[in-house]
Amino acid sequence: MARIELKNLRKEWGGAIAVAGIDLAIEDGAFVAVLGPSGCGKSTTLMMLAGIYRPTSGDITFDGARVNDVEARGRNVGIVFQSYALYPNMTVLENVMFPLRFKTIERTEAERRSREVATLVRIDGLLDRRPGQLSGGQQQRVALARALVKRPHLLLLDEPLSNLDAGLRLTMRTEIRRIQRELGVTTILVTHDQVEATTMADRVVVMNSGRVEQQGTAEDLYERPATLFVASFVGSPPINLFDGHAAGGMLSVNEARLPLADPVQGAVVLGLRPESLRVNGSGDSGRTISRISAVEPMGREVLYTADSAFGVIRFLEAGAEPRHRESDDVPLGFPPASALLFDKDSGRRLDARVAA
Amino acid sequence: MPVFARAQLRRQRINFALFLGPALVLLFLFFVAPIVIDLFLAFTDMGRTLAVGKFTLENFERMFTRDTRLLGALGVTFIFVLATLGIFNVTFALLLALVTTAVPPRLGAFFRAVWLLPRMSPSVVYALLWLWVADPNERGLLNQIVMHVFDMPPIDLRNNHPLLVIILANGFIGASLGMLIFTSAIRSIPEHLFHAARVDGAGSLAIVRYITLPALRWPISYMTIHQTLSLLVSFEYILLITGGGPFYDTTVFSLYAYRRAFESGEYAYGAALSLILVVIGVLAALALWRLMDMKQLLQQPRIEVH
Repeated sequence: MARIELKNLRKEWGGAIAVAGIDLAIEDGAFVAVLGPSGCGKSTTLMMLAGIYRPTSGDITFDGARVNDVEARGRNVGIVFQSYALYPNMTVLENVMFPLRFKTIERTEAERRSREVATLVRIDGLLDRRPGQLSGGQQQRVALARALVKRPHLLLLDEPLSNLDAGLRLTMRTEIRRIQRELGVTTILVTHDQVEATTMADRVVVMNSGRVEQQGTAEDLYERPATLFVASFVGSPPINLFDGHAAGGMLSVNEARLPLADPVQGAVVLGLRPESLRVNGSGDSGRTISRISAVEPMGREVLYTADSAFGVIRFLEAGAEPRHRESDDVPLGFPPASALLFDKDSGRRLDARVAA
Repeated sequence: MPVFARAQLRRQRINFALFLGPALVLLFLFFVAPIVIDLFLAFTDMGRTLAVGKFTLENFERMFTRDTRLLGALGVTFIFVLATLGIFNVTFALLLALVTTAVPPRLGAFFRAVWLLPRMSPSVVYALLWLWVADPNERGLLNQIVMHVFDMPPIDLRNNHPLLVIILANGFIGASLGMLIFTSAIRSIPEHLFHAARVDGAGSLAIVRYITLPALRWPISYMTIHQTLSLLVSFEYILLITGGGPFYDTTVFSLYAYRRAFESGEYAYGAALSLILVVIGVLAALALWRLMDMKQLLQQPRIEVH
């Protein structure tokens, strides 16, 4: 187990910047998710942690010791790839035992440990099969066992669930979480799936174009997004964003005008979560009559699209049964505290609030 | 039969003749006809006059009872095929593929291009270069190195070690095919496997042993069978460099058949020898096929999908 630290870590590929200087500290035994869209540098960061890519500059330390120049095989990390990367010519047991080949461990002891890990990830009945004879979920468990068998300081998971079907993904999410808790191994999960990140990890790090946008708990990211990017990336269905202009204590967004509780001037982006908007709420701000243009029942809730004074807006209502129909006019508003304001130029969230 | 259906059938036949016809004609002319002719000639007494006097089993009787050169030719063939294949066409090709994929891509491509050069040059030019390299006087390339670098007297490789010369000449050109096939096979191994192996603690040699070589099993088997058959019947470089000599020292079986037919003018006997070579080739291919379990390669993969 180890405490991991990244200091101003950069990676460039012949001029193209993949990771543009990130700082990160991960406590011993923590489960951290790195969340971001494809191409944001999250996988590159993972490969640098594994020792496969060498950082262009900056430092990686494991328990305070700099490991930049330590090769992958000297770092004692375990990794699970998106493709699982099982060795096709070896049986499941041989795959799991493979990392122990390169340690001074007796064969009988290696086999005992491999069987133990196989039981932990529940593949003990498949040990004689080859990877080609396994389902996706089983292959993933094998990959996990192979990563864990050498008792790594650090477990790296690169989009481990994205090749699984929805039901299995749910099971594996819980499974990985259980195994991580049981072993207490420091774990970094890389994913583009916010649900995966927020449900599995204690802490989520959001990355975009090679930088860390924000890190915190799922609640931090959702309620107090630091930037426009985080606000738009976290939350499903995505937040409604409207360009507006603030002057003289008033925010103008298209035809709508909202009083501001704090002094703000200039170009501002207003963010409204679909789930904070409501029809006929008492004490709501920005109440406008909106015409519903689409109704999408999603099971537990209904997603509406409406034309409001702000522009096209989407909102959610709980309940399986739609209460409004297309072309209905509804008084749509939101609790003033739920509105998020961002500076348009920097993309950073403003401390200002909309007045009641 | 309705008129429409009959017209369609007619058109199908015309299409068949139009599209498959030319290929079938070529196939017959260059693959089927020679075998039939060879089979026919092998049982005649055709000589320099090209006249067929009688049908006879004399050629085979001579081969199995009286021909004292035949065993020698078989031995030379065995050594030639085994050494060229074992040292160059498979082993060295594998080494080239491993090395040129491990170094930076541009450097690897450069070295592969260099090794491909002899394949692109006409075989006569390539053979001529070998004649210059092995030239017995002090101006030969090899002798310049031997004399000036190692301070030794000049050597006559072609006369003293003729088998070595033809193995080297064939091997240097033969390695390139295996190199290309093994290179592309190595390239098709998913990169994640190499990454996983490195994280798992494998060094470069362990990666070759546990990741690369297992993935090359079928290409290696295929190359071994293909090159065995190809070496059994190829003698152009041998003919150009040593002419089968000195005496019969480098006369492999295929060259022996050629020499009997075209140097001695015993066409019927040459044809009979070729027939035996075909039999040897088929037996070798079948044996290797069985040995390397190629059947498994050609079978549908049986992967359970859950």
